[in-house]
Amino acid sequence: MYALFGFNYIAISAETGGMPQLNPEFWFSQIFWLTITFGVLFIILSKFILPKIRNNLEIRKSQIMENIEIADSQKTKSEKNLKKYDKLILDAKDNAIKTLNLAKEKIQLNLGKEREKMETELNSEIEDAENEIKDLKKSSPKKISLIAVDTAAEIIQKLVGVEVNKSNVSAIVNEQVKLVKDK
Amino acid sequence: MAANPMYQFNVYRIGPEIKIGEVDISFTNASLFMVISTLAILIVFNLGAKKKSLIPDKIQLLSELSYSFVSKMISDTAGVKAKPYFAFIFSLFMFVLFCNMFGMIPYSFTVTSHIIVTFVLAAFIFIGVTIIGFLKHGLGYLKLFVPSGVPIILLPLIVVIEIISYLSRPISLSVRLFANMMAGHTMMKVFGGFVVSLGLVGGWLPLGFSVALTGLEILVAFLQAYVFAILTCIYLNDALNLHH
Repeated sequence: MYALFGFNYIAISAETGGMPQLNPEFWFSQIFWLTITFGVLFIILSKFILPKIRNNLEIRKSQIMENIEIADSQKTKSEKNLKKYDKLILDAKDNAIKTLNLAKEKIQLNLGKEREKMETELNSEIEDAENEIKDLKKSSPKKISLIAVDTAAEIIQKLVGVEVNKSNVSAIVNEQVKLVKDK
Repeated sequence: MAANPMYQFNVYRIGPEIKIGEVDISFTNASLFMVISTLAILIVFNLGAKKKSLIPDKIQLLSELSYSFVSKMISDTAGVKAKPYFAFIFSLFMFVLFCNMFGMIPYSFTVTSHIIVTFVLAAFIFIGVTIIGFLKHGLGYLKLFVPSGVPIILLPLIVVIEIISYLSRPISLSVRLFANMMAGHTMMKVFGGFVVSLGLVGGWLPLGFSVALTGLEILVAFLQAYVFAILTCIYLNDALNLHH
């Protein structure tokens, strides 16, 4: 199976026993190729590949930071807006309550005024009526006695056929009225 | 049948022999897997870096997670000052990780199971860290060997121990990775050999072990790459921040 790697293998394994590592035959070759391969590796990695990777990492970092910053600012913004909206809603509620109260007061005020007006009107009408009644009451006895005098005079004239002096009749009627009142 | 579990670590030439003066720098199977690992890393991370979507897809996520993983590892162990060395530690971690992982594919070759490779990496780190330390602190970097709060009488001893431990860093760093990879692969090979030699009747137990070991080895492959990178960070931390 080692023939895969070429015929040299058999020759070397035949001539060396122990550790092949201590056979100095290819030491310089190994040092030479190690220097070349590692040198190439180091130069290409340090000049071309590693800066790219670092750059990628930094770009990602900065982008993530940027995104976080944007997200933060948007968050504060939205919080502000939320507060604003809350305030607006509260104000609106306050306003609504105020206007409601105002309207209530106005209505109550109007109602009171109307009622007072009506009451005063009613009162005045009632007073008028009372005054009228009083007047009527005051004037009614005189009238009654006048009517009584007239009727009495007429009755007498019809019954007796005599023209009676009205002053006499009225004196009698008054006397009778007094009598009725005294009773 | 290749019964020797060490055969898998053999290095052999692929293609013609290339020589610079007396030095043989031929392309070998080890070189091949170094190239494969490098290309795999570059392809994966290039694909991951190309797309720039805000929500990453799998390959972009993979590369970005690796990036932040290594970045976090460095900042945790070595602090902010270690940032300029990020690319190096990232390459180091990925190189060791991919070499380890490619070594887990059957019949492949594990680059990091060779002491010379790990030692070169460790020595480079050691020398680099030492240079950085002296550049940043001048001779004051030697204070690293003089821990504070130690009695005067013990000081000469402690300083010697500190110097030895500092100098043994590249060895411990390289041997740790190399020995782990070699031991794991050897063990897998041994158990694989048992499966074959015990046959249909008795081979099931070592086969089960082999499967379990494969899982363990994948863990070790990641862990050793991580340890290699994090120890580099710790050494770098000593050089940059010098508090002992």
